[in-house]
This record gives sequence, C-alpha cells and structure tokens, in this order.
Amino acid sequence: MNSNRSTMATNDSAETSHQVLTFCLGSETYAVDILLVQEIRGWAPVTRLPQAPIYMLGMLNLRGSIVPVIDLRVRFGLEQAPFTPLTVIVVLAVHTASGRREFGLVVDSVSDVVDIDAAELKETPSLGGKASVELIKGLAAVADRMLILLNVDELIRRDLEQAQAPAMAGAA
Amino acid sequence: MTLEMDQFHSGFFEEAFESLDAMETALLQLDPGAPNAEAINSIFRVAHSIKGGSGMFSFTEVASFTHTLETLLDELRAGRMPVTRPTIDLLLKSTDVLRGMLQATQRKSPVDQQTVADIQFDLEQMLAKRPSAADTAAVVQVAPAPTNTSLSSAKPESLRPKQMTWTIEFRPTARLPEPGADPSRVFCELAELGTMALVAHADKLPAFADLDPEVCYLTWTITLTTELTSEAIQNILDWAEADCQLRAEEPASSRPDPAPIASNPPPPPPPSPPPATNLTPTGDAGGNSAKAATADSNSIRVATEKLDELMNTVGEIVIAQSMLMQLVDGAEPPPVDRIRAGLIHLERNVRELQESVMRVRMLPIRSAFSRFPRLVHDLSARLNKQIELKMTGEQTELDKKVLEKIGDPLVHLVRNSIDHGIELPETRIAAGKSAVGTLFLNAYQLGGSIVIEVGDDGAGLNLERILSKARAKGLVGPNDSLSNEAVANLIFQPGFSTTEVTTELSGRGVGMDVVRRNIEELGGTVELRTEVGKGSSVVITLPLTLAIVDGLSVAVGGEVYIVPLVAIIASLQFKRGVARQLAGVGEVFLFRGDYIPIIRLHDAFNLEPRCHDLDLGSVMVVECDGRKVGLFVDELLGQQQVVVKSMETNYRRIEGVSGATILGDGSVALILDIPGLVRYAAERSAA
Repeated sequence: MNSNRSTMATNDSAETSHQVLTFCLGSETYAVDILLVQEIRGWAPVTRLPQAPIYMLGMLNLRGSIVPVIDLRVRFGLEQAPFTPLTVIVVLAVHTASGRREFGLVVDSVSDVVDIDAAELKETPSLGGKASVELIKGLAAVADRMLILLNVDELIRRDLEQAQAPAMAGAA
Repeated sequence: MTLEMDQFHSGFFEEAFESLDAMETALLQLDPGAPNAEAINSIFRVAHSIKGGSGMFSFTEVASFTHTLETLLDELRAGRMPVTRPTIDLLLKSTDVLRGMLQATQRKSPVDQQTVADIQFDLEQMLAKRPSAADTAAVVQVAPAPTNTSLSSAKPESLRPKQMTWTIEFRPTARLPEPGADPSRVFCELAELGTMALVAHADKLPAFADLDPEVCYLTWTITLTTELTSEAIQNILDWAEADCQLRAEEPASSRPDPAPIASNPPPPPPPSPPPATNLTPTGDAGGNSAKAATADSNSIRVATEKLDELMNTVGEIVIAQSMLMQLVDGAEPPPVDRIRAGLIHLERNVRELQESVMRVRMLPIRSAFSRFPRLVHDLSARLNKQIELKMTGEQTELDKKVLEKIGDPLVHLVRNSIDHGIELPETRIAAGKSAVGTLFLNAYQLGGSIVIEVGDDGAGLNLERILSKARAKGLVGPNDSLSNEAVANLIFQPGFSTTEVTTELSGRGVGMDVVRRNIEELGGTVELRTEVGKGSSVVITLPLTLAIVDGLSVAVGGEVYIVPLVAIIASLQFKRGVARQLAGVGEVFLFRGDYIPIIRLHDAFNLEPRCHDLDLGSVMVVECDGRKVGLFVDELLGQQQVVVKSMETNYRRIEGVSGATILGDGSVALILDIPGLVRYAAERSAA
C-alpha cells in the first residue's frame, strides 16, 4: 500500500500536530494515529469465534500471533461488504496496561497519511445515529474532507479486553 | 557506572534471598533439645556472607543488623549459648526482618527503621543473657536482665539505639599511589553514616621543595555522630585499615558501651537528633507476602546436563538440515522418498529439541513447597494445634510458569487443612487419634501429567452440612440425591462455605472456586476426596507443559477444533436410535453402563454442522472431574501435537475455548476447554 504525505501549510507547532493514517468505510473517511499502525495487509481467512459479536470476524494468524479481527463497517453499523482481494486489514499494536495488544480492523481501503493539528480537532456532535459516538475521538477538517478520528483505546476497552465473555448458546 | 553496579547488586540479592530461605529452613528444622551443629554452622555462614556482601556494597544498615545476628549465631555455634525455642523464634523473626531490609534496599526504598531497631534490640537483649558475658565492644554488659521476654512489646523511646559521637584519628600510612590509599573514599563512606566533621592537620607538611608527592603528610580528625554501633564504623574503617591507623574513641561524656541497656536509667539525651525519623513502613518486613514477591523472578537455574542435552540436539539438527540441503543440491531431481526420510529424521530431532527446551524450563516443586514448613509452624502455633508436615516428591519437576501459579492455590489448600481439617489436640485424642495431626504434600509424575496431593488426617468434610448448605442456597433441589463425591465437589461453587465463623484465614467462601479456576487455567483438574473422621485430600493434576498439547483435530461446521487427547476416553459412531431424550437433560446415550449427556458442538458454538443426524457424524466421549460428556462433531480429522497460543494476549478469554493454535496450513484452530464444556453441560441440564 502506498501512503503519500500530504504537506500541510507550514505548521510550526509541531507538538500539537500528529500524523494519522486515513482509511475509507463506505463514503466516510476515518483516521487512526499512525504510530499505532503496525502493518497493512490484505485479506486472509480468519477462524470464527464461538458466540462472538457479529462484528468480531475471528482470529488471524499473524506470523505466529493470534490476532482478533474486527469488521469496522459492521461495528459502525454499515452493511458488511464482501471480502475481495482488495479488502484491507489494518493491524494496530497498542501498549495497554495489560501489555501489548495486536488486533486487526477490516476497512474498505487505505488512503494517505495526513497531519492533523490537535487544535483543529472538533467534537463529535451526537446524532444518535448509526456510528458509535464513543468510539470517535473527534472530527478534523483537512482539505475539504472530514476525518473521523478513531478512539482506539475505547475500542480496545469495549471490544477486546477481558470482559464478560459471551456465554455459550443455551448456557444457564 | 551505575549499570555495572546494578548487575553485581542483582547477583548479591539473588544469592542473599536464597541463603535466607536456606537459613529459614535450617532454623525450622533445629531441635532445641538436640541442636544440629552443622545446621547452626550453616546458618552462621549465611549471616556472615550476607554481612560481608552488604558491607562490600555499602548497604550499611543491612551490614550492621547482620553483624549483630552473626554475633548471636557465633555464640550459639561455639556452644556459649543454649539453643532455645525463644532463640529460634527470634532468629526466625530476624530472617523476616533481614528479608524485608534486603527487599527495601533492592527497591531503593527506605528501610523500616522501627522494626529493625526493635529486633536488633531483642537480639542484643538475648546476647546480654549469655551465661558468661565477655566484655567486647559489641556485647551489652549485663545489668539485671529484664524479665520482659515478650519480643513484640513496644519499647520505650529511651532504649532505642542512640546517637553517639565518635572521634576518629585518621593517619594514613601508605604511600599514596598505592591502590586504595585515597583517604577521601573512607571519608565519603563515613559521611554517609551520620553527621561528620572533618579537621585536617597540616602540621606535618614540609616546605614545598622538600615535598615528596607520594607521601601523605596530612592527618585528619574525624568527628562522627551516628546511630550505628562501633562495629559498623569499624567495618568501614577496616577497609582502610591496611593503609592507615585509626582509633575509634568514644567521647568522654558517653557511657562505656554503645548499645542500649534495658535497666539503666534513661541516659542523657543524644547529642544530635537522629538522622532518619522517616519510619515509613516498607510493607510487612516479613511474612509470606515478602516471600511470594521473591518467588517470581525473571531468571531460572538450570542444571548443566540439560544444557548439554540441548547442545547435542541442536548439533543433530544442524547435521540433519545440511544433509537435506545436500540432497536437494545434489542429484537432479532428488528422489522424494529420500527427502521425506530426511525430513522425518529432522522432525524427530526437532521434537527432541522441543522436549529438551521444555525440560529446561522445569524446576523441582521443592521451591513451591518450601514456604510450607514455616507456614505450618506459624499457623499451628497460632491455632494451638499440633501439626506435622510430611512432604514427599519434592524433586518432581514442573514448568516454571506452572510452579509460580500453583503456589497460591496450594497455600489456600494447606490453610484449609490446618484451619478446618485438622482438629484440636483434645478433639483428636477424644476421637482416638494421636494428638499430632499430619498434613501431607505429595508430588509425582503420572504419564503426561504431574499430580500434586494435599491432604490431612483430620476430620474430613462434613458432607451433611455441605448438603444442607447447598440446599439452603438453592444449588441443590430438596429432593435431589447426590453421591458423596458430588456433595464434596459442591464446595467448589462460588461463595460456598460451611464454617459458621469466618476466620482471618478462611471461611469467606472465596477460596475453593478460585483454586479450581486457577488450576483449570493451568490446564489442570482438581479432585476432592474425603472420609468423615479420617481426613480429606485434594488431588491436583497438571499437564507437564502448558505450551504443547496432544490433541485430536475435529471438524465442526467447517471449522477445525482441537480436543486435548488427555481428556478423551473414546470416540464412537452412533447407530440410529442410540441417543435418547431425557427430560430436563437433553440427549443422552448409554456408555459403559452410564447415561451420559451429549453436547452438540455446533449448537454450543452456533455453527452450521455438516449434518444434524447423530449417526452421520462422530461422538467423542470426554471426561473431566469424573463426569463424562459426549461431544458431537462432524468428523474426526487426525491426531497432532499443537503449540498452544494464548487467546488473552490480544483478545479475551472465551468460554469453551482454552487457547488457539496454528495448523500446518497456517490457519488458526481453537482448542476446546473440556472442563468448561463439561461444566456447561451440567449447568445446562440443571437449568
């Protein structure tokens, strides 16, 4: 995947700007902190998990590590798209209190790397709509586009970390 | 510079903690009636080496405390003092304090001065009561010894080790270029002991023209105000002893001996305030939590034979691999069967390597058992019970990770036995048993597993009370009849406890289910056996290794799952009509005389099976905790050894699944959690 830098107008407040990787889900453009992105790879078959939420596609073998893969379209309430050779998995690696976690997000396609100024980050209006507002850190306007910045920590907390594991079908 | 020192420090701490453990074990085995001279000697040597090491690294508080300990031990080993129970108890307390000090020093946090001072005082008290008191600087001169032998009473402020002011005449004798002759190093050391004032005397300095640059003409008078004893100062001065003459003089105003004396009237107030009034406790200076902290270290001791084995196996692999390479590079094209033979040979060697590495990670269970003599000793004293601990099979080895995690469950089981199992001596005698109860710990290898037994010859479980408690909680229906075994296993339910009184040790009902869960997380099983009046025992079975599992791969609904071989009893193909419906339970079938329930895995995992008819697939009978279940799968694929990968690293624990693995074709397969599935079946039918 190629990622070309888009040069922002001279931004001397280097501390407040950080780089994000943008990707597309349907007609929307999302962004995630570039430092969290470990790799971008094509689609590979995953092993389904019993009784998992519908957006949890399953486990992927990532060079020996067992990595969960989430379908972001489904997670955000969009229709699930068919998986083609062009479907992309963005693998993130995050350092949490419980160690280093790797997980994958299935997205439609990956776009470029963009500088976002922290000052430009706007709050998300709560629309009561399909997207889970809690998973969004904020909105940024960059060159006519609206970037939706993903709150990765919240995603991990809700979907990946040790939580009440769903019981098996029919369990008391 | 600090990096190197840390390296040496860690070596010192590791050895020190190990020697302290050895010291504690030896102390516990000391019999006041017939003390073993060699044991006392070894205890002395531990104190001596810790003193030396800590002195070398300038851990002065540790050195000073250990010096007092060493003095007492010297008296014991020379036979000048008798070995009594109070002495042993005090020495045990001292090991706790010393451990706490070392841990604080290792973490670079302040040492709990209060506790140290208390025990040091007690040690000096004990020394004071020697039959023949020789007058050395270290020993307290005996005024009428206090009758207060209670070691935990609070001591009046005036009896604390106090500030003394020392005057040291420092005259270097060596020629300066000689290594170690630099006096400023000694001054720095002394300055750390307390408040130091330094006066240099330049009267011996000759005229510049006559000055020999290699001779030190200066002498110093050092005035040092410190809490530490003369030995601590002497220790430091000893290092410079070879180069200079020192006299430690006590100022005329101080009393003849530096150590505090119990019965003297309160001495004149110390000349300057104590330097460290910071008595923040560093956590308990002794006790099991301290011990538990040192148990989880990041290093491991490996017998060199194991490493030799590894080297040999790796050598074989290199040879096998190069043979294969030669084969491929050689004849055109290389015959497939030769390549296959070479690969089989390689596979054999890789398997050997796997097993060798596994063995490297294995340690004798002795280290998990080592905390129990002390625990039993303390607890039985506290509860006024007489308990003898018998440990066997301590050399049985298990994986280091398992060893670390098995400690807490074992402690819980031991505490249960002591608290609830073994009766008070009177009760035992009334029941016709000996007053001394026996607690046994046993470990041995059985096939591919390690078995650990914790048991006692106490009262056994009160099955009636358990049953009525379970009925009261609604866990068991009023008309259900359970086998004795099933009743016993009820204590594994969360929140279950039959004791009327919760003691500090147990009885809160959070124990046994956590124990079972911990053990199941290790891939093991727990079984409870009890006989009223005779005793109980808990049998823990653990796999030899966590990392590798022998399994049978099965297909369910297009997915591949691995069933651990150790749980499988049989696999069957049904005929039509074999399965029966049982109201409230579901499908059952007759297997070797018992009706066992069937779990349709595709139902449990919400998959679409290849077919729904039981006679078109396979049923695997698995067993756990004495309960059997039949698992219905599409087909059996094959047997293979798989490497277990944890789910929790990147995701969360899933019910019914104990881990994942990567198959030869690169896809992920889930490993079934048999105990979980068996429980699920039981709960489902109970619902």
